[in-house]
Amino acid sequence: MATQQQQSIKEPEIKTIPTDNPKPQPSSKLQARNLNFHYGSFQALHDISMNISAHKITAFIGPSGCGKSTFLRTMNRMNEAVRNTKVEGEILLDNQDIHSMDVTDVRRRVGMVFQKSNPFPKSIFDNVAYGLRVNGVRRKLTVEEAVQKSLEHAALWGEVKDKLNKPASALSGGQQQRLCIARALAVEPEVLLLDEPCSALDPIATLKIEELLFQIKSLTTIVIVTHNMQQAARLADYTGFFLLGKLVEFDETRKMFQNPSKKETEDYVTGRFG
Amino acid sequence: MDMRISPRRKIANAVMLSLSGLCTVLVISVLFFILGYLLWHGSSSLSLNFFTKLPKPSGETGGGMANAIIGSGKVLLVATCIGVPLGFLAGVYLAEYSGKTFAFTLRYVVDLLNGVPSIVIGIVAYAVVVRPMGHYSALAGGVALGIMMIPIAVRTTEEFLLAVPNSLREGALALGATKAKTIFTVVIPAAISGLISGMMLNLARVAGETAPLLFTALGNMFMSPGFMHPIATLPVMIYNYAIAPEEDLHQQAWAAGFVLLTLVLFINVTARLIIARGPASSRR
Repeated sequence: MATQQQQSIKEPEIKTIPTDNPKPQPSSKLQARNLNFHYGSFQALHDISMNISAHKITAFIGPSGCGKSTFLRTMNRMNEAVRNTKVEGEILLDNQDIHSMDVTDVRRRVGMVFQKSNPFPKSIFDNVAYGLRVNGVRRKLTVEEAVQKSLEHAALWGEVKDKLNKPASALSGGQQQRLCIARALAVEPEVLLLDEPCSALDPIATLKIEELLFQIKSLTTIVIVTHNMQQAARLADYTGFFLLGKLVEFDETRKMFQNPSKKETEDYVTGRFG
Repeated sequence: MDMRISPRRKIANAVMLSLSGLCTVLVISVLFFILGYLLWHGSSSLSLNFFTKLPKPSGETGGGMANAIIGSGKVLLVATCIGVPLGFLAGVYLAEYSGKTFAFTLRYVVDLLNGVPSIVIGIVAYAVVVRPMGHYSALAGGVALGIMMIPIAVRTTEEFLLAVPNSLREGALALGATKAKTIFTVVIPAAISGLISGMMLNLARVAGETAPLLFTALGNMFMSPGFMHPIATLPVMIYNYAIAPEEDLHQQAWAAGFVLLTLVLFINVTARLIIARGPASSRR
């Protein structure tokens, strides 16, 4: 396969970087190649390379300010909205650098759910339909079907099907976050980025979101930033550990938590610091 | 050291408290005093005729100000059509697009424009509209008031758009919306109640302006057709009647003052109610 060939060519070049070991995986949806990121004169990411597998859940863990959210936001070029930032290196989506693509196209294909739920001040229906409408889907029936399907995937349909025209602000915190997930799913993104989606939620709401993420793995590729190591251990197929803007270790979740190869990873996952 | 509160400090405290309380009561009573005073003097002229009849020729008593009420409405309509779109779009640019240095300059210029005396703006409208047209008109009055609306329109738009949480912008951008789409389908709707009420307050502010209308709209004793003729407005009518010799006209001026003030207060209160009932996101 073309993907594998390209990786095997790139492999030696990557080995020269001591801080990471992107494993060649059967189907990499998203690949970071020597990514550096600067906020003004501060370098927030140092030479990150990583392969993200299709239809898997990849989690990023690490202490606050380690760059995991920044890295996540480079994957749909969300950081470009922040002034005075600079990105170097490549992010490949299906082997094409996203920086050479149209930014709205990148963001449609790579969806994002934020730390704090951010429903628009519109009805529940219009929230989910928003992405479809801005991307030019006008046919009423198509929109209605997509809204229902997305709400079902986000495990919210049963709770809201009788009040689709109520304002989204009337929902509880956990429901609002699931609404944001439904909204992101409506445009059928190939990758879904989640930036600490459960940090403001109680354990029951968190559990619901984890369950639905597990369910939608078959639809999309999931990348989640989390402060909660148990969450990463429960959910993720692969886990990356970030420290001070560097990717310290990236491997299968089981190995990361049971037998990490780096001392820093072990210290962090066993709770010795962070 | 003796830490007890001395009698002197207690007295000073009591004096300051009662002084500031007294001033507060005075400030509030000024409004009610003006309203009551206008009503007291104008009540004899405040009848249905005042709202439906035209002014009587000099020397006759009675008549009303129907032409001035409609005239004020027309001039304010022109002013809104000029000041609101211009100020609103500039405010959108200021809040959503402009870089820091340019925003600072633009904001400063707008604040300076806000400080230009209204009579100067009247002269400008006279030079730009009245002179080329060759006569006074509702349009010229509307242009003068429209220019006066611009600074507040810019600043209220900027203020209410900046109050919209950035997370909403990011949410829309992350779904593949362009920046313009994000602004017009998410940011502005989220701020809409504030924007509407801000524009209403802006309108109420210029509704009572007299100086810029004196040599733009001029005045008219009859109904003015369309927008291209001299037109009566409430503030100018008040001015003309107040300096006229007849006692009957003085009373009508008082009544007109009361109507104008009531109108402005009504717009104000409505605008505040719209703000208070706005969507949750614009209150966050």
